[in-house]
Amino acid sequence: MRDPMPYIMLATALFLIVGMVLMLTRLIGGPSLYDRLLAVNSFGTKTVLFLCVFGFIIDRPDGIDIALLYALMNFIATIAVLKFFSYKALTVDLRVIPEPSKDDAS
Amino acid sequence: MMLAQIIMAAEPVVRDAAAANVDWVSVWDFVRNVLTVISLAGGLFFVLAGAVGVIRLPDFYTRLHAAGMTDTLGAELILFGLILQADGWQVIAKLLLVAFFLFVTSPTATHAVAHAAYKAGEKPKLGRWRAPTLEDEA
Repeated sequence: MRDPMPYIMLATALFLIVGMVLMLTRLIGGPSLYDRLLAVNSFGTKTVLFLCVFGFIIDRPDGIDIALLYALMNFIATIAVLKFFSYKALTVDLRVIPEPSKDDAS
Repeated sequence: MMLAQIIMAAEPVVRDAAAANVDWVSVWDFVRNVLTVISLAGGLFFVLAGAVGVIRLPDFYTRLHAAGMTDTLGAELILFGLILQADGWQVIAKLLLVAFFLFVTSPTATHAVAHAAYKAGEKPKLGRWRAPTLEDEA
């Protein structure tokens, strides 16, 4: 009997790509800015999973390093973009609790 | 009591298997593959359900709920299925690290997005809501 695992991994990767495409539609058509940010965050999570599965498909699981890096960078990027959207600047000292800028929220 | 009965019932089966020289490595491979398929299918179900929820749900907070909940559980399930297939402790350690970081950062990012949206005055939709049908879309 042939080993069925490569085909299962391939199917998993294809379904993950389907999920990523659905997230991209929300990213393009999202009405508010936070919808787009949510779509980017979820897209990044699916990308991490896809990189892990892809490492198993090409039989070189060393690529999981890249997935690890991407998971951390995805989180940092989300927080940085949120900070920029909330305070309209990246050089805000958060230790003094600044007022969020309320204009043009969406 | 019940455990003792189960063990006593299983004892001749195990002895017969040992006598029949069962290949335990192939048995473990079969169990591992079955567990991997179940885990990957469950994870894909949660990930795709979250994606469909993000497309279909009416306002921002419900969409955030769909994406935040399902991504965490689906990612953990898929990574568990991959850990069962990994050979070598380095790969297992890296996959565990990825699972740990996703488990920590995904709810944190979801909370941060919700908090920022709430502070910026994003309002949830209240009241009864009917999902659009195909006639509404057309």
